[in-house]
Amino acid sequence: MASDELFTSGHRGCAGCGMAAAVRMVLQEAGPNTIVANATGCLEVMTTAYPETAWKIPWIHAAFENAAAVASGVDVALKKLGKREGINILAFGGDGGTYDIGFQALSGMLERGHNITYVVFDNEAYMNTGIQRCSSTPFAASTTTSPAGKFSIGKKEKKKPIASIVAAHDISYTATATIANYRDLKKKVRKALDVEGPSFIQIFSPCPTGWRYPSELTVELSRMAVETGIFVLWELEGADMNKIKVTYWPKERKPVEEYLKMQRRFAHLFKPEKKTDILNKIQEEVDEKWKHLEELNEMAR
Amino acid sequence: MGIKQVVKGNFATAVAAKLARVDVVPAYPITPSTLFPEQISTYIANGEMDAELLLTESEHSAMSAAIGASASGARVATATASQGLKLMSEMLFIASGMRLPIVTAVGNRALSAPINIWCDHQDTIAERDSGWLQFYAENNQNALDLMLMAFKISEDHRVLLPSMVGLDAFVLTHTMEGVDVPLQKEVDEFLPPYKPVYTLDVKNPMTFGSFGTPAHYMEFKYQQWEAMKNAEKVIDEVFSEFHEKFGRKYEKVSEYKTDDADIIILTMGSMSGTARAAVDSMRREGIKIGAAKLTVLRPFPFKEIKMLARKAKVLAVADRNISFGFGGAVFAEIAGTLINEKEKPMLIDFIIGLGGRDITQEDFYKIAEISKDAIKKGEVEEMVHWINLKEVK
Amino acid sequence: MEKVNIGAVITTPGSALNYRTGSWRTLRPVLDEAKCKFCNICWQLCPDSAIEQADVKAKKPIKIDYDYCKGCGICVHECPFGALSMVEEEK
Repeated sequence: MASDELFTSGHRGCAGCGMAAAVRMVLQEAGPNTIVANATGCLEVMTTAYPETAWKIPWIHAAFENAAAVASGVDVALKKLGKREGINILAFGGDGGTYDIGFQALSGMLERGHNITYVVFDNEAYMNTGIQRCSSTPFAASTTTSPAGKFSIGKKEKKKPIASIVAAHDISYTATATIANYRDLKKKVRKALDVEGPSFIQIFSPCPTGWRYPSELTVELSRMAVETGIFVLWELEGADMNKIKVTYWPKERKPVEEYLKMQRRFAHLFKPEKKTDILNKIQEEVDEKWKHLEELNEMAR
Repeated sequence: MGIKQVVKGNFATAVAAKLARVDVVPAYPITPSTLFPEQISTYIANGEMDAELLLTESEHSAMSAAIGASASGARVATATASQGLKLMSEMLFIASGMRLPIVTAVGNRALSAPINIWCDHQDTIAERDSGWLQFYAENNQNALDLMLMAFKISEDHRVLLPSMVGLDAFVLTHTMEGVDVPLQKEVDEFLPPYKPVYTLDVKNPMTFGSFGTPAHYMEFKYQQWEAMKNAEKVIDEVFSEFHEKFGRKYEKVSEYKTDDADIIILTMGSMSGTARAAVDSMRREGIKIGAAKLTVLRPFPFKEIKMLARKAKVLAVADRNISFGFGGAVFAEIAGTLINEKEKPMLIDFIIGLGGRDITQEDFYKIAEISKDAIKKGEVEEMVHWINLKEVK
Repeated sequence: MEKVNIGAVITTPGSALNYRTGSWRTLRPVLDEAKCKFCNICWQLCPDSAIEQADVKAKKPIKIDYDYCKGCGICVHECPFGALSMVEEEK
């Protein structure tokens, strides 16, 4: 029932919001002994318009760039007050609050070794402020500050590899997940909560408003991102990227085109004419990535 | 009676945090306040203080962590200055808006550019809109005492606003002075444990930092306004209680030889001692001059300033800060306070001691000269004067 | 003055339930109960917790909570058994 959930109905998220589905999954796993520190962004805005809150756990929002720092304060305070035992502390951030403006606070929290699970709901742009580019935005995506145009193919830069950067801090557990593979997601949340020390999960969360597709395709898109190999589901303990464990191997990787053409943020790659060189570039990068993953997998045997 | 020690200002604020049984100290070093987290870490390392020191990766994160910790029910203190306070600025407003009684010692230091590590009041003055109470120490005893009292005032349920205690960079932070360090037992009697109204607690889940739409925002701000108003009374109560318990009297505005003064010099911070010495010299010359010191800037001491203003012909405000395009902040607020009074003195603004420029008795003689001139002319020709700028020889 | 909680703290967890987001819909999902195989995939994926779980033991199918369902269509698209379909919301 809606009222049993720790993340209730009645929030103002867009119809088909991938992040909302993900938050439900995370909290179903985390349970009521959970405190969340949340950065400014869609999630915060859509769930806590005074006096209405969709949260049935203790929850705190302070500012945009500091979910990890606020969570650090909660961690340390509860420890001092003797109330830390058995409590999950989660920090929730969107792209901006994690990749860019919140990056420093995240890095600091990881380095200090707090027993906090940081979850980034990655929808590849600054969605709450209207779909601006972020370092999480993939190559060739059109956003409001990196629009496709006569002289522009959209974002020129590659997507920042946030999970690898986090893993390089040599933390207890790093993982990537998405909503289509929800059993995998929940298993990873469980692992992240159970380890001592910092853990991080990047949850790929399609956004119908930002990516511009019909809302019923949210889960389909997260599936396609995985099936084309664009988004890799993996997990790692510590910092050695050679040891990463891919938790889902697409049997036969679908061509990236099939994922890209579903979203109007990539429409300029197909109309008025197909930009084959760019599509090939994207495909090659994915192929390279998987070649490397397959090599690692072979070595591990 | 406490223990007499000779200590630096930073030590005074750190020992106050220890005596106040602060739970969490999130901190980032910055000159001249660095000694505060260093001293706290030494206390903890030697088992003299049971607290968590959280060394964040910036001041912004320090105040963010302070907010998380305070919302979790911990008593929280930190220290910073200048650029660090400015970096925290966003979070200062948020801490106040979230009604968290965090106490911060600020080693009053000039703001860049150019970069300058020495004393003026620009840093805390620039945050006077933030909804934090503001106290200014004249000496290290003040720094210790005001820090202790700040916890009691901030945590009062009629207030629940954070406090900053300013102590002049180097002049106080790094200068050894004799202070009376209260005994733990006495402080425990004066300052009970922090009892929050709302906490992050899984047994009673609440949402902190919600989204305040135009339908509600003004009411939340009015609550902060009322809390500041309540603070006027709470400060008087706590000052009185402190006097009774520890024998030291504090006033929002302290006066020196003002009763028959024609000119009263208004100061804040360590320059107040110099002002009193200058007053004594000038009195010996027969000049009817007095001095007054503001210890509390927020909430603004309206009543006390109005009473003080009735005494003199000229209020000479020594501002160790500057708002370009207008003048000094303390002058502006005194002017605002007195504008509707039927009888009011002339007000002159003196910009003094910026970036650690030494303030000497000579400066106050100059201020007195200009004030006397205004009395003679019967008007203030120039509102703002800069004192002791280097002259081209 | 209207009474508000200091610091804008919300002390009523889950009060978002007061806002019936069902009013947003232009299309609604409709269940063919006979086709529901109680897999609960739709319940899991709904961004708005607007589906009541099916009970496989009691052979009780899922139920859409139309008070909150925004009509996004994810459940319809994801149901492996085609048990749900989107229809126009009645005026």
